[in-house]
Amino acid sequence: MMAITGWFSKRQESAIADAERAALRSDRFRLEREGDWRRLEAIVTRLEAGRIGAIGDDDLVALPALYRTLVSSLQVARETTLDAATLAYLEGLAQRAWFVVYGPEVGFRGWLRRFFGGGWSAGVRAIGPDILIALAVMVAGTVIGWLLVANNPDWYYALMPAEPGDVRVPGASRAALYGSLFGKSGRNGMAVFAAYLFSNNAQVSILCFALGFAFGLPSILLLVHNTALLGALLWLYHGQGLTLELVGWLSVHGTTELFAILLAGASGIHIGRAMAFPGQRTILDAAAEAGRRTATVMTGVVLMLIVAGLLEGFARQLIDSTALRLALGGFMLLWWLTYFFAFRRTGVRR
Amino acid sequence: MASWPWRGTARPRQSAHARRARVILTAEGLRLPLTLASRGSRVAALLIDLALVVLAIFGTAMLVGLLTHGIGGARPKVTNPAARDLLETLDVLWIIALFVLPNLWFVWFELGARGATPGKRVLGIRIAARPGRDGSAARLTAEAVIARNLLRTIELFMPVVFIGSALSVGADTTLAGWAALVWFGIFALFPFFNRDALRGGDVIAGTWVVEVPRRKLATAMSLGQGAQGISTVTGAHYRFSEADLAVYGEYELQVLERLLRDSSHASPRALEDVAQAICAKIGWSSGTGDERAFLEAYYTQLRARLETGMRLGRRKADKHDGG
Repeated sequence: MMAITGWFSKRQESAIADAERAALRSDRFRLEREGDWRRLEAIVTRLEAGRIGAIGDDDLVALPALYRTLVSSLQVARETTLDAATLAYLEGLAQRAWFVVYGPEVGFRGWLRRFFGGGWSAGVRAIGPDILIALAVMVAGTVIGWLLVANNPDWYYALMPAEPGDVRVPGASRAALYGSLFGKSGRNGMAVFAAYLFSNNAQVSILCFALGFAFGLPSILLLVHNTALLGALLWLYHGQGLTLELVGWLSVHGTTELFAILLAGASGIHIGRAMAFPGQRTILDAAAEAGRRTATVMTGVVLMLIVAGLLEGFARQLIDSTALRLALGGFMLLWWLTYFFAFRRTGVRR
Repeated sequence: MASWPWRGTARPRQSAHARRARVILTAEGLRLPLTLASRGSRVAALLIDLALVVLAIFGTAMLVGLLTHGIGGARPKVTNPAARDLLETLDVLWIIALFVLPNLWFVWFELGARGATPGKRVLGIRIAARPGRDGSAARLTAEAVIARNLLRTIELFMPVVFIGSALSVGADTTLAGWAALVWFGIFALFPFFNRDALRGGDVIAGTWVVEVPRRKLATAMSLGQGAQGISTVTGAHYRFSEADLAVYGEYELQVLERLLRDSSHASPRALEDVAQAICAKIGWSSGTGDERAFLEAYYTQLRARLETGMRLGRRKADKHDGG
């Protein structure tokens, strides 16, 4: 600490001696302030490197004042000096200092704390109307899927990507369908499959969000497509009187997963709505504002999908009874609802 | 007539640069000039980052492989159910990590004080918040960083993976491959169709990518003997009259400054040319061998004159400017 102070003051002394020798008034102005500029530059360089520990307390305290000094130096220099190199240096340093002084308000860890401490749920509440729209779309999608398949079972193959060995096809026996829901506790590789589903779902959700860009229409289509599949599946199991069992089987991870997809779709619709009806703002501003608002929600969506993947891969295999599955699924739903809508801390830093 | 020899090259380069110049207005009322990053440097930065991410994934895979499978390489048959469960859990975490890591890489680094991933740092660029419509500077937020990187998944990762899988599967390659290529092309060309070179993620997040200035403070010009008008070679004393100095303006002054500062470019030949041009203009008879002292003296006295004018509110942009 002492070394740094000493170094600067020595430099400053020589600068002041130089200032007396400089022929130009603007160079004297520069030489008298050069010490402060260099000190600010050293602090900014260390802050950029993230080495806050390497900066002395007095330097940190001095930072705002040094920044203001630099700003006024630059403003004076612009009116009085024609030294292009010095002006360019001052502008560059002012820019770097501005980024440090007004940098991202929080680091990664601070953001994480804010995110879980209320920022996430506040973000979800902020897009409430869009969630309702997305929910309506998802319900409609399910109904459409059911009706399509009920009228013409061939639709089932169009909706459900055919996989060899899959017993879940129209005309399957009750026993086969029942077997697909229960008693796979010992089966290997399910967890890996679930994790694969997670990254698949995560990409679909991000797609839902990102395509909000195109005024939200692709997001709505994606929601319809994904829930039509659910409707088809419901129709299939309903035909054999296994509706409740299927709902139980789905609910373990489904309440979390469908909720996540709902939020992703709502985010896309939110962006689309903001761009279609920007009001007083430009479209770009409206898109950016909506994008930042929903980014928090989307981070949460990815986390929810990880939770859903773990539930699907591990918990569902361990619980083999519909009542327990429904209880777990219901509990998860209740948990998310409570967290999002009853947990009313804004998460904004005080 | 001898003229400023380097102007032909300096002007067009400046105008390409000027097209990327922007100004933001800080809360202190300071107008800060920024330069947008060129598209080329952004692509280069992205490639460096992707290479690093792939390296990180590959390195972790090797490490985990060594730990779980032994040094033999091939996966041994695991009979112990507990061990098998553990391996399966590892596989699951691995798939999740594969998804999370590339996203986390960009978010983590761009949230740092530098606002730049390692690739961007190498190229000397960083992300920043786009200013409001009135030009007022905005603060970069964590949400913006996340939003711009979420879009990366659909801009880059998804189509690339899709093209890759379409190529490897072989069946139905043409249609799926073309679809993915068009998809990828739309996003890759996006920055060419707007003024600020924004990609999709920048639009959604309200960010842009700018250059980070790295200028050292150059030495003051008016310190040496030459600035006093005294030549160290010949001992001559250069004094220019008001009329001698009135012929040039700020543009010429700055060209002269660049010439004098840039010692590597300031070949005796260039100095000679400029000294002769000035002498011809002001009607001095030019000698040889003492150009630097002559130019330093002229620079200092010209700058003193122009700066005095500035303080009085009179500016002279270049030699054609009457002021």
